[in-house]
Amino acid sequence: MATAADRFNINSQLEHLQSRYVGTGHADTNRFEWAVNIHRDSYASYYGHHTMLQYFAIAENESIGRVKYNMMQKMLLPCGLPPEREEE
Amino acid sequence: MVSTRRSPNPPPDEEEAAILALQEERKQAEAAAKEQKIAAENAKAAAKAAAAAAAKDEGPRKAKLTSFTAPKEVLDDLPVADFQDEEGVEQFGASKRIVDRESDYSKRRLNRSVAGDASTYAERVKEAQLEREKDNTMKQIAQKRREEAERAAADARLAAARGDDAGGDERDALPSASAEPAAKRAKPAEVEWEDMPVAADAPAQPKPARRNRWDATPVAGDVGGTGSWDATPKIDAGAGGGVGPTPKRTRSRWDETPLIRAGAAGDPNATPLGAGAFDGGATPGPGQLAGMVTPDIHGLAAQHMAAANVPMTPEQYNAMRWEREVEARNAPLTDEDLDLMLPSEGYKILPVPDSYVPIRTPARKLMATPTPYGGATPGFYAMPDEDRGQAFDVPDTPADLPTMKPEDYQYFAPLLKETEEEELSLEEQKERKIMKLLLKVKNGTPPQRKSALRQLTDKAREFGAGPLFNQILPLLMSPTLEDQERHLLVKVIDRILYKLDDLVRPYVHKILVVIEPLLIDEDYYARVEGREIISNLSKAAGLATMIAAMRPDIDNIDEYVRNTTARAFAVVAQALGIPALLPFLKAVCQSKKSWQARHTGIKISQQIAILLGCAVLPHLKSLVEIIEHGLQDENQKVRTITALSVAALAESAAPYGIESFDSVLKPLWKGIRAHRGKVLAAFLKAIGFIIPLMDAMYANYYTREVMVILIREFASADEEMKKITLKVVKQCVGTDGVEPEYIRTEVMPEFFKNFWVRRMALDRRNYNQLVETTLEIALKVGASEIIGRVVEDLKDESEPYRRMVMETITKVIEKLGTADVDARLEELLIDGILYAFQEQTADDGDVMLTGFGTVVSSLGKRSKPYLPQICGTIKWRLNNKSADVRQQAADLISKIAKVMKICEEEQLMGHLGVVLYEYLGEEYPEVLGSILGALKGIVNVTGMSRMTPPVKDLLPRLTPILKNRHEKVQENCIDLVGRIADRGAEFVPAREWMRICFELLEMLKATKKAIRRATVNTFGYIAKAIGPQDVLATLLNNLKVQERQNRVCTTVAIAIVAETCSPFTVLPALMNEYRVPELNIQNGVLKSLAFLFEYIGEMGKDYIYAVTPLLEDALMDRDLVHRQTAAVTVKHLALGCAGLGCEDALVHLLNYVWPNVFETSPHLINAVMEAIEGARISLGPGFVLGYLLQGLFHPARKVREIYWKIYNTLYIGAQDALVAQYPALEDEGERQYRRHELDVFI
Repeated sequence: MATAADRFNINSQLEHLQSRYVGTGHADTNRFEWAVNIHRDSYASYYGHHTMLQYFAIAENESIGRVKYNMMQKMLLPCGLPPEREEE
Repeated sequence: MVSTRRSPNPPPDEEEAAILALQEERKQAEAAAKEQKIAAENAKAAAKAAAAAAAKDEGPRKAKLTSFTAPKEVLDDLPVADFQDEEGVEQFGASKRIVDRESDYSKRRLNRSVAGDASTYAERVKEAQLEREKDNTMKQIAQKRREEAERAAADARLAAARGDDAGGDERDALPSASAEPAAKRAKPAEVEWEDMPVAADAPAQPKPARRNRWDATPVAGDVGGTGSWDATPKIDAGAGGGVGPTPKRTRSRWDETPLIRAGAAGDPNATPLGAGAFDGGATPGPGQLAGMVTPDIHGLAAQHMAAANVPMTPEQYNAMRWEREVEARNAPLTDEDLDLMLPSEGYKILPVPDSYVPIRTPARKLMATPTPYGGATPGFYAMPDEDRGQAFDVPDTPADLPTMKPEDYQYFAPLLKETEEEELSLEEQKERKIMKLLLKVKNGTPPQRKSALRQLTDKAREFGAGPLFNQILPLLMSPTLEDQERHLLVKVIDRILYKLDDLVRPYVHKILVVIEPLLIDEDYYARVEGREIISNLSKAAGLATMIAAMRPDIDNIDEYVRNTTARAFAVVAQALGIPALLPFLKAVCQSKKSWQARHTGIKISQQIAILLGCAVLPHLKSLVEIIEHGLQDENQKVRTITALSVAALAESAAPYGIESFDSVLKPLWKGIRAHRGKVLAAFLKAIGFIIPLMDAMYANYYTREVMVILIREFASADEEMKKITLKVVKQCVGTDGVEPEYIRTEVMPEFFKNFWVRRMALDRRNYNQLVETTLEIALKVGASEIIGRVVEDLKDESEPYRRMVMETITKVIEKLGTADVDARLEELLIDGILYAFQEQTADDGDVMLTGFGTVVSSLGKRSKPYLPQICGTIKWRLNNKSADVRQQAADLISKIAKVMKICEEEQLMGHLGVVLYEYLGEEYPEVLGSILGALKGIVNVTGMSRMTPPVKDLLPRLTPILKNRHEKVQENCIDLVGRIADRGAEFVPAREWMRICFELLEMLKATKKAIRRATVNTFGYIAKAIGPQDVLATLLNNLKVQERQNRVCTTVAIAIVAETCSPFTVLPALMNEYRVPELNIQNGVLKSLAFLFEYIGEMGKDYIYAVTPLLEDALMDRDLVHRQTAAVTVKHLALGCAGLGCEDALVHLLNYVWPNVFETSPHLINAVMEAIEGARISLGPGFVLGYLLQGLFHPARKVREIYWKIYNTLYIGAQDALVAQYPALEDEGERQYRRHELDVFI
């Protein structure tokens, strides 16, 4: 872990800044958490780019609104239930 | 031509002669000055005589020599010397405690109590009622007694004097506390004077009669009343049926209830000290002894005094010091002392008897041995804490806890007792834990504090609201609290509020009692903090609870309580929305029970307006409706506050919402005819804020209505009334509908007669208000009207008045110009400003100088006829003995240089240039700086080729001046040199420029950034003029010097030279210099490269392949700084070359940068992170992600840590772009990791 001296230098500010973003990770991030973030980011990105939505809508033969709704729903548990914690 | 001025302006052909004459004069003046100095050394009287003589010789006008004094720079140096031993000052500095800076009014917060069992609403209302009744009874008693006395004395005069008060119920119970001064004293810094209703309506007894829980401590003679600590002799209301004069009680809260924890300390169940602590002669740890040592009574005594804020006489102070010394010598013997003194055989250390309980209530001890200063005897001096003596017999705090201050013992004493955690009950353990954490928050080091704060927050619900607040709130009420401590404790409350949420409900009132005072604190941040807490509190507790908690305080008899409550309510309204509060507010404002309730209700709406600003607009109508009846209230204070509320509402609503005020217009305008004094002032204020909202037509009508009263009040002697009338006039005049003609005929004569008098210039607030109002009038009636009226006053004999006139004229001309100033006025104006300029002795804020500049530049070409005269004056004054006069003259030249150019007075300018050139030998640096500034002004407008003296003569004279260490000289000189280097470098031989280059290197040491910046820029200009080779050689040599700042500036200069002369002229030499095997030089070269690539940006793509091998080498160097600076260079390269097709080189460099991610030096790691960020921009996030994927799930934590950190920066920078770059993950059982959308195709 970071030493006591590190705690007050510029890097700690950086870490603090990073910790304010949801999708950031740390040394103990596991595969599942990372994947969840990736999925949510992906959906958010599709959602934000209208052309992507159009593309998916055509491919799936759905309305854009439906595609949007589906993505919103999938963002809840994009990768299924979280794994059981081994320790603790 | 103006007749009053002599004009020594010589015709051009006599110029040389004139210069010679001037030089002669100057020499004479110098000789005289020298004589003077000698004389001053010999004897002051002689010096004065010489000065007088010299002054007489000088001319018809007496020079304003204020006094003989040290040169300015010496005086200016002094504070610097003081500044250096600031640490010393810090130690003996003013007390940081809040009580010591509080006004008497703010101190009334200490009259309130957070203890008390009566916490249900009904009980509190009843209590308030009792309080009021008691107050009334007391008043009646006082009244009766007074009447009796009157009768007895049969003093008719006295009786007459007393009958003045308007409302009988407002009559002060204490005849000694006169209303006015008390109110003045009471005023905290940020409130307006009217906001503070007179203290007299909150007489004698602000103490609640409730029993506080400290009564639990068995203290003999505790008589019902809570005995507030502040020992003002008052009639004690608590004393049974005492209708007669109760003896004055001067008891302090501390002697009555010394300890909150007293119960715990005296608890028979408390574990006595373990006997083992004394076994075997082992020295007990400090913590074990701690409990038995008496806390320092002196600290407490001093604390008492500070709390009572009463001065101590010197005798008492001496006695106390003496006693402390004796006390120190007679301090109880420690175990070590005993071990040393007594033989180890034949003695036995006995265990402490089981029944022994150490006294840990210092105050009780204090009372047991009364000392001359022990009690709350009035007449104390608030002694500064002196830690040396106190630490002596203060028990040590246990390890891992921060040190306690003596005043902390009463709160944290149980921590000193060594107890076995297991033996305590669960509650006690919890309490102890909270106490420990609070102590850490209050006195601990930042890390201790942080972790304690986090623990308190995390476990808030576990601890429970009760135990937490029961400990925090008394601490906040402690009279010895310091700002920092209060801030920390308030922060604790803020944090736990979030966690506790609705659990805080029972404690809302208590919390408010301690937080409300923050709302009127003089410190802005304290006020903000207070608001935040109250707003969080109301969100957590809900409106109903908040109202229930504050309702009884609304008609509290203490004005202080009502004031803070009103402010707190405004915050609640802000937090929960105005509509939620409106019904309650309406009920309060219509209260029949007491005028205090109505007053507070109306005040709440005023505070809401102030706090919310334009956000009141949607509710404006309801707010005005709620308070409007107050304008006709029977009570004068209510009428005043209503008018002020209307003013506040109108101010925050401006420029909208006039329709909401329709209903108050009539009472307001009727009111101004009916009222006098304070009420009138408040009404006028309200009108002043409403008029600007009106349509033009109405505004005109209403202004005429109010103007009659205003003009009558112009003559008022009351300062506040003056300020308000000025303000209202400004507001009325500024409104559209008011005709200029009306103002000219009706307002201006009286206005100028009453306000444009010398006395107004003496008070700063009056001065500013008058200038503003006059400006507003000028905007309406035109510049010449106003200037014509005041211009004669420029020759007034009072200097502050002249300055006020000058400032007004300056502002008027800035706004309106001088187009309508006719020839005659123009003459008068110039004459006046010349007079005022010459007569000034001290120019604060350069009013005269800027005024002169503004007037002359505004006149433009029209000032041509006056310029010779002005220049004559300037020349004359440049020759003056007084340095200030010379400085002003030089400053004036830089102000009017532009106008001279416009008037085509080139010859005059040339002449002035020569004169200034002659004065470059000036010895006062301030003056020299101004002279250089004046030369710069002239050079700027004449241009290099036509400058006299010619630039080739001027520059060599400047070279030695560059050596001057004075900041002003340096700055002006480097600006001038830089200007010449920029525009007229060709007039000066290259050798001279090289000489200047060497001087410039010294300037890089300057403390002022502007100077260093000007210097490096000048390097650029010079290099451009004479080619980079020589300059570069000089600079590269300078990389060898020791000073870091000097080297840094040199590298910047190199980069600038490279930028101005194209990088290819500089890079070869620079890269060659890297071969010198010396750390500083190599680093300097790398740094230059970093700056260079920062400056040239995109141009870097032409040089990236050239510098790559050098950077490769640097990135593999053993020295950290090499790698760090090289990484910075890579960053700038990458940013500059983004999208320009240099990816191959950048990838290569990134490969060298990457291994440094595991470095620990913060600067290096920072540089590396930034280089990687640069690579993200130029190479794309996907590319960097490729590097990162290797280590995100590396088995070694160290690797994962830094890789995730880089990943996070990458992620924040390019969140969206990464979506396409993430690796494809395979599903694992029921967890689907695949992103099917990416497989979709049409």
